[in-house]
Amino acid sequence: MNKTGIGARVRRLEDDRLVHGRSRYVGDIKMPGMCDVAFLRSPLAHARIKAVNKPDGLESRILCAADLDGVRPIVAESTLPSYRTSEHWPLARDKVRFVGEPVAMAIGRNRAEAEDLLEEIDLQLEALPPVINGAVSMAEDAPRLHEEWDDNMFLKLAVGQDPAGARENAEVVVTRQFRTARQVMNPMEGKGVVAWWDYRDGQLVVTTSTQVPHVIRNGLSRCLGIDESLIRVIAPEVGGGFGYKCILQPEEIAVAWLAWTRRKPFRWLEDRREHLTAGANTREHQYSVTAYADRRGRLLGMDAEVTVDVGAYSVWPFTAGLEAAQAGGNLPGPYDFREYRCQVNAPATNKPPFTPYRGVARPGVCFAMELTIDAIAREVGREPWEVRAENLVPADAMPYVNVTNKHYDTGDYPGSLMRAKDAIGFDQVRERQKTPEADGRLIGVGFATYTEQSAHGSKVFAQWGLALVPGYDEARIKLTPDGGVEVRVGIQSIGQGLQTTLAQVASEILSIPVDRIRVLMGDTGTTPYSYGAFASRGIVMAGGAVSRAAEALAERIRVMAARALDCTPEQVRLEDDRVHGPNGSLSFAEVGHIWYLRPDELPEGDRHGGLEVTEAYRPKTDHGVFSYASHAVVVAVDPQTGKVELLDYVIVEDAGKVVNPMIVEGQTIGGAVQGIGTALFEEVTYDDQGQPLSSTLADYHLPGAAEAPHIRIQHTESPSPHTAHGIKGVGEGGAIAPGGAIVNAINDALAGHGVEINQIPATPERILGALLKAGAGKENAS
Amino acid sequence: MKPVKFDYLPARDGAEAVRLLTEHGDEAKCIAGGQSLGPMLNLRLARPAVLVDLHRAEDLTGVEESRDAIVYGGAVRHADFEDGRVPDAARGMLPLVASRIAYRAVRNRGTLGGSLSHADPAADWVCVMTGLGATYLLRGKKGVREVAAENFIQAAFMTELAPNEILAGVRVPKLSDSARWGYYKFCKKVGEFSQATGVVVVDPERGYCRVLVGALDSPPVPLEPVAEALAADGPDGAVAVLDAAVDTALGDYPQVNRQLYKVAVRRALAQIGATR
Repeated sequence: MNKTGIGARVRRLEDDRLVHGRSRYVGDIKMPGMCDVAFLRSPLAHARIKAVNKPDGLESRILCAADLDGVRPIVAESTLPSYRTSEHWPLARDKVRFVGEPVAMAIGRNRAEAEDLLEEIDLQLEALPPVINGAVSMAEDAPRLHEEWDDNMFLKLAVGQDPAGARENAEVVVTRQFRTARQVMNPMEGKGVVAWWDYRDGQLVVTTSTQVPHVIRNGLSRCLGIDESLIRVIAPEVGGGFGYKCILQPEEIAVAWLAWTRRKPFRWLEDRREHLTAGANTREHQYSVTAYADRRGRLLGMDAEVTVDVGAYSVWPFTAGLEAAQAGGNLPGPYDFREYRCQVNAPATNKPPFTPYRGVARPGVCFAMELTIDAIAREVGREPWEVRAENLVPADAMPYVNVTNKHYDTGDYPGSLMRAKDAIGFDQVRERQKTPEADGRLIGVGFATYTEQSAHGSKVFAQWGLALVPGYDEARIKLTPDGGVEVRVGIQSIGQGLQTTLAQVASEILSIPVDRIRVLMGDTGTTPYSYGAFASRGIVMAGGAVSRAAEALAERIRVMAARALDCTPEQVRLEDDRVHGPNGSLSFAEVGHIWYLRPDELPEGDRHGGLEVTEAYRPKTDHGVFSYASHAVVVAVDPQTGKVELLDYVIVEDAGKVVNPMIVEGQTIGGAVQGIGTALFEEVTYDDQGQPLSSTLADYHLPGAAEAPHIRIQHTESPSPHTAHGIKGVGEGGAIAPGGAIVNAINDALAGHGVEINQIPATPERILGALLKAGAGKENAS
Repeated sequence: MKPVKFDYLPARDGAEAVRLLTEHGDEAKCIAGGQSLGPMLNLRLARPAVLVDLHRAEDLTGVEESRDAIVYGGAVRHADFEDGRVPDAARGMLPLVASRIAYRAVRNRGTLGGSLSHADPAADWVCVMTGLGATYLLRGKKGVREVAAENFIQAAFMTELAPNEILAGVRVPKLSDSARWGYYKFCKKVGEFSQATGVVVVDPERGYCRVLVGALDSPPVPLEPVAEALAADGPDGAVAVLDAAVDTALGDYPQVNRQLYKVAVRRALAQIGATR
């Protein structure tokens, strides 16, 4: 077996430079003469701009919308019916629509000086009534965000059909309202961009912290009105993306415009306060769910309404409709039922533009669906795991097409739940609950199971209305003269270890160990096209492309080696880091040597394409491939304070063929900890004027090491028939289920107290408030 | 998020700090560990033209021990207590409290005097020093004056310090061998600001008993009926009168918050039972 191929527990090639702080992020780049840019941001949620007055003499160092000649607004088209586009100018024109929206920018020799200049600007605003949430936005007489619209709706969509049969036959009806909070993604490295003019290449170089360099090049070309060939986008090391760095940012356009027009280097580095206000852009959903079931809790159908508070503008390229459309389509999750209707609303509000975050809609729908399952179980008086297991799509039904036309390819969903139940020690927890805890805390156990549509293909994105549809990813691979390998891919590593896993895919096919394989990425000047790193697509799409390119290179190596080994190409095998023929073998260096350095040894007139190949890849099907997992958690709830401790956490995941188990574990744990943040801690609150109240990390609480339990992971493997090597995507999965699993466990703990939590984060205030309201908070001695 | 331009003036000792503060008047502010002022500067909420740095001032980083008390210099760091580099006047209380202030990185730089002068009602030292009946030594132009901890903070983030005074030291009375203490704070997560703090110190040999509730909108509030009951009847007696005392003292607070304050004090009282 190849020790560094697919399935090997290879140590991440990235970690040495990352843990020693030796890599290069946007903030590490220094250019001679580089100026810092700072943005004046709207202090009001909704206002008309009366004037942006600059002090005399500073006209060239302070710029507002009127100064940005030739710049076009960000407009994210969508083909979804009823969808409306918005014009998002890099610097606001006429109106501001959220606190933190850029209105002007100042140029300084350093950031402090640029901020000094911002204080010289006299910004005159006329306050307008703010639209602070979805309910306000959809009210009859709501103030209008975009005045040319006849209401505030980005999107209204009806999914499915009236579940009349289910309603008629239901023995049990459960209705619930669920809410999830607005969140901030908080990658460790904020957004940042350095742009300059490269005189030699005649290109605007935009070095930006992005997941999608090739897409940003396309976006900059649109918004600056210049040819793509004039733009080179480079993503250096990126310290976490999560979706935040997947969209074209107004600041990116503004800084690129400065470098384009002034032919000098400019830089903007987002700070944490900017991120926590202008970047408060995700996760905020409201659900109204009615579920119909029989008396054993078997689901017959669902009728739901989902409202996503999508903020002021539509992000490019993902639009303000993607999250809501996905919520409507993904709510049924891993369950087997045939009647479903969902009204989907995406109202505009005076908040930052909604951006899809790790898991995209599914953390919300999983929370709503998993709490609904538990509510049904309580209603019919059965264990939630039993009701859940009976409703999950059974293994023998695969492949399975669900009620919203999702094509589940492979897997054993009930099997995953049962493994999680055993691993968490369910029976022992039920036993433990019979005796009061010495410290007065209440013990609960909860489950959540989900599917993660990964590596969505072109048709799926087209269904969600995207005007820019992802499809093929490309990879270029080269054998170097000394027998090493260079792989060039347009996808970008954002911390998920793609350099390692893509090297493993190449290693699998070429038999060359990963320490001689360089994976170069994230630069439109040196890599072939990729739509980028998001939607758990990297290892499937770029991995598939590397696989295909490596196969093509292997074939060329066989042809070349056959001549030296005096055999046919078909007789040549690549094994154990050597090229073998029937009567001898060559090292890869010898193969490279012949082609690059001693072509005189090759026959005259020989036609060979060389030892560098580019291939494109797209899976056999466009439906996406479905990873899945079950999470199980044991909590202790302090009824005196409402505080929740996670005592044990088990994840049984299935990502198809695993390329590197350690990386899957790391991705799963990282995602789960973000999901714990969603479940228990993270929330952007606003006052009644739309002012964010959590603009520092003292107010916006992220889970830390002390809040992360030891997460126990079990792997199962159901390879996909549709992808190279049977790989499925897994990057987002961990973040999807914690909200559902943890709150189910909390509700299990509180079951005897007449309290049910249906909102996240489940903060101590919410839990204690509910307990006090039910008169239960003071019963137990401390 | 970068500060407004300022001049940085390191002080060699407390006297020089006072001289620099006097010289620069309203324009100046002192900084020690910078763990609160640093972010305020970066957010441009604090905009001093001159920063007088105390953190290397020799007489502010030392400790003087006498028979009854220990005086800690204002620039002694939280980590100095945590790691035992300074003696403990309170039978284990000071190292334990220090070890739970924010995060280690904050404790490495943050100082006792800085925390007290900042006067965040949720700060650990603000509650604990009041509970221990400490005395603050304020150095100004005319020398040092003494202010009792409970009289030092006027309101949240407002203290007795004059603009050209520094908190040079904190005198903590030594607890007797039979003294007991309890400290409990409720935080959403490890290292976050407390939402409810309970402090209990009982030292029968010195006839000292204090019960405080902290992390309020204002400085910590003594719960005198609870302290009296504790001195008279022990922890059980104190718990019996606790809820009523908190409801009386904090009647304006929402029910959820009052509950957390009760829990914090009750759990601090429960620690009294366990001898340290």
